[in-house]
Amino acid sequence: MPINYYIFVSIALFCIGVAGVLTRRNAIIIFMSIELMLNAANLLLVAFSKMHAANAGQVYNIGIDGQLFVFFIMVVAAAEVSVGLAIIVMMYRNTHSVDVNFLNRLKH
Amino acid sequence: MGVTQLLFWILTVLALGSALMVITSKNPVYSVLYLIVAFFAISGHYVLLNAQFLAIVNIIVYAGAIMVLFLFVIMLMNLNATMNLQKNKLLKFAGFIAGLCLFLVLVAALKNADLKNQLALTNKGDIGLIKNLGMVLFNDYVVPFELSSVLFLSAMVGAVVIGKKE
Repeated sequence: MPINYYIFVSIALFCIGVAGVLTRRNAIIIFMSIELMLNAANLLLVAFSKMHAANAGQVYNIGIDGQLFVFFIMVVAAAEVSVGLAIIVMMYRNTHSVDVNFLNRLKH
Repeated sequence: MGVTQLLFWILTVLALGSALMVITSKNPVYSVLYLIVAFFAISGHYVLLNAQFLAIVNIIVYAGAIMVLFLFVIMLMNLNATMNLQKNKLLKFAGFIAGLCLFLVLVAALKNADLKNQLALTNKGDIGLIKNLGMVLFNDYVVPFELSSVLFLSAMVGAVVIGKKE
C-alpha cells in the first residue's frame, strides 16, 4: 500500500482524538480519546518502519526500531492508564462527578 | 483491486467509524465498546503490515487489559445516575471546528510530500516477527526495557497511593 494512505488514515484518527478531547466534558472519554491519538501514532510508526524495510531491500533488520518504539509506547500507555484512572476515581470520590468543568478550582 | 486493498479499506472504514462513535456516543460504556472495535481494526492493520507481534500485543494490552480497566471504572462509578453533565453547544461546535481545522492543515501540508512512490510493505518482510523483534529488544534496547519495568513499578505504587482512602 502507498505510504500516503497510512499517513492520511493516521491523521484522521489523530484529529478524531483531538476533537474528542476538545468537545467532550467527561474525563473518561477524554482519556479514551488520548488512547486513540496514541494508536494513530503507533499505526504511522509501523507503516513507516515497513516503508524503510521495503526501501532497504534485503538488508537485515532495517526499520525494526519503529516497531520497538511502538512496543515502548504501549508500555508507557499502560502505565499512564493505571495512574490516570486512579486519579479519575479519586476525583469522582471527591466531587461525585467526572465532569472536567468541575475541576476549575485552581482558578480561585 | 486485490484482497490487500480491499482489507485495507474495510479496516480503515471500521477504525474511523468506530473512532467517531467513541467521541459521539452518549453512554460511556458504548464508547468503550466502540474503542475496542477500533483497536481490533488497528490490529488488523498491523497484521496486514505483517507486524504480527504488535498485532497480538495490541489486542492483549489495549483491548484486553486497558479497556477492561476502563469498563471496571465506568461500572464502579455508576455514571448513569449522575449523567447530568453541563452542555455547552458553542464549545462543542468550536472543538469540532478546531479538530477539522487541524485535519485540513495536516492534510494540506502532507498532500504534496515527496512520497508518491514509497510503498509500505504489506504481506511480506520478517521484521515484525517476534524472533527478530526479541533479538533487537534484548540486545540493543535492554536498558529501556529494564527502565520500563521500573516505570511499571512506580505506576503501580502511584495508583495504589492515589486510590487509597485516607
